[in-house]
Amino acid sequence: MTSLSTVRQQVLAGIDSHLVRRLAGPLLILLAAYGIVPLVADQYVIESLLLPFLSLSLAAVGLNLLTGSAGQLSLGTAAFMAVGAYGAYNVVLRLPWVPMLLAFVLGGIAAAAIGIVFGLPSLRLRGFYLAVSTLAAQFFVQWVFTKFSWFSNDNTSGVITAPQLRAFGLVFSEPTARYLFCLTVVMLLGLAAERLLATTTGKHFIAIRDNELAARIIGVPVLKTKITAFALSSFIIGVAGALWAFAYIRTVEPHGFNLDRSFQILFIIIIGGLGSIRGSFLGAAFIVVLPLVLSRLGSAIFGGIFDSGVVEMCQRMIIGVLIILFLILEPDGLAAVGRRLGPTLRRLLWRQ
Amino acid sequence: MMADQIQFFFEVLIGGLLSGVMYSLVALGFVLIYKTSGVLNFAQGSMVLFAALTFVQLREKGLPFAVAFLITLILMAVLGITVERTVMRPLLNRSPIVLFLATLGLSYIIEAGAQLIWGTQVHALDLGISDTPIQVGPVSISQFDISAALISGTLVAALVFFFQRTRTGLTFRAVADDPFAALAVGLRLSRIWALVWITAGLIALVAGLLWGARLGVQFSLSLIVLKAFPVLVLGGFDSILGTIVGGLIIGATEKLAEVFVGPLFGGGIETWFAYVVALVFLLIRPTGLFGQKVVERV
Repeated sequence: MTSLSTVRQQVLAGIDSHLVRRLAGPLLILLAAYGIVPLVADQYVIESLLLPFLSLSLAAVGLNLLTGSAGQLSLGTAAFMAVGAYGAYNVVLRLPWVPMLLAFVLGGIAAAAIGIVFGLPSLRLRGFYLAVSTLAAQFFVQWVFTKFSWFSNDNTSGVITAPQLRAFGLVFSEPTARYLFCLTVVMLLGLAAERLLATTTGKHFIAIRDNELAARIIGVPVLKTKITAFALSSFIIGVAGALWAFAYIRTVEPHGFNLDRSFQILFIIIIGGLGSIRGSFLGAAFIVVLPLVLSRLGSAIFGGIFDSGVVEMCQRMIIGVLIILFLILEPDGLAAVGRRLGPTLRRLLWRQ
Repeated sequence: MMADQIQFFFEVLIGGLLSGVMYSLVALGFVLIYKTSGVLNFAQGSMVLFAALTFVQLREKGLPFAVAFLITLILMAVLGITVERTVMRPLLNRSPIVLFLATLGLSYIIEAGAQLIWGTQVHALDLGISDTPIQVGPVSISQFDISAALISGTLVAALVFFFQRTRTGLTFRAVADDPFAALAVGLRLSRIWALVWITAGLIALVAGLLWGARLGVQFSLSLIVLKAFPVLVLGGFDSILGTIVGGLIIGATEKLAEVFVGPLFGGGIETWFAYVVALVFLLIRPTGLFGQKVVERV
């Protein structure tokens, strides 16, 4: 009897410590993100680092579902962000009785719809032919928002100024409040994406990426899965675009969602790790912080000899070099680096 | 009145066809590399920019045309070999998407590097070809366009001859067909790939000169890759003939649409129209006009 209860105790203790170990990391991050960051971060850090970081992370999560997990290369991410942003803006503008959160969802759905339209060619096209189709989305959407001022409430150059963030009867206008709002949305959608990858649909994504023909043969509904990937990915990217417009820069022009933005998000998932949700966040942090570090470093070493143009060119070169280095040396990106460092860190922490 | 419209239509059409040949020229650089190494080289546009900037700067330093051309060509060759050694070789046997992404990174490096070295000002480039329109029957055509199309056409013909009739061309085709078999019969893949990149550099140089003379040598020159993509899609990524026909179709429809359809939407449709043409076409023929139909094995 005693032996049985000891066993039971041991098992329970085992589960307990396992759970604690597994959840400790995420809980610590949540605690830091909600508890500590708002206390220590000043306005500058929030407005020019954390808010772009969160929106770009979410966009990267969306792209990672499509490109990293389902293996469909997209060069039109910024277009779907634009649809999300302009969609949410128009819902708020034209249907004032719709709660803003719902407007974000509708913006995301609009992006998903456009995503499906430009994803339809994926039923017949593969690889680079498909990538060209997403480029079509990029140019077409940008043209629409520049040319048709209806979308920007008759602003002739297509610029929109987002109204204040509101949800649940609260106004999120302070930087800290906008940060918390963004954080919550990004956390929820990030978690949903992570869960999605564990479902059958998620497994189907990966099967199609790894070998489409083989996937078809073992019974994966290829067409349905591809369209689902385009829809879900574009939805998340659309919401990211809405966050970008409403919480981060607030005055948006169509040009802000150009091809360079699409490439930037592609770079985030390469550096962070293709197919890794966690990697999307690491990559976004890297891409947001890198220019700052480089310009600080540059002015510390060289003083003010170089003008901003030269600094920008250097940054582009460094990003290009980093992309190639990551692809050659660390194809699974920062997420893989994290995985390798994780156990070491944990051992150090738990040994005490 | 009617005759005027028909005449105008033909002027637009011919102008479109001629600029289509110049699109083909850019697309050709892609096809060459894609055919032999399976890499869709996004950096082709930045190579065009780099070549044009280098050439124009050398000319402005007072070098004669031939010398400037030769020096630029040598630089392009060095660039090609470097890319093959440092980027393509370590990524051997990786997925096409990874290779494409690497060339995307490469395009950032070359583009920014070219502008760091040579500056960001717009340079005018005069090739000594006059741009006065000449009259062919009732239709007037830009002389520059004709010359550019002739030069492009000659280069394309030379390349086709090279591929079909020379020993090196044969090895290129062998590598394109089956790299492993080529390796097995003793072809040196890396040397061939380096040669391919050098040839792509030559094409980039010619394209850079022609487009540079037309638009001015500046950053936006690297954006002509975006004009080449629909041509590639239409013609098939691996067909030289396809790029020519694709270029002509895209050039003509784009110009016609710009002039006759564009005003209905307030203009500016040339950024995406070619893509839509290519896409609609693709839905009917997924491998382009002349693309190879690939049978996949599991």
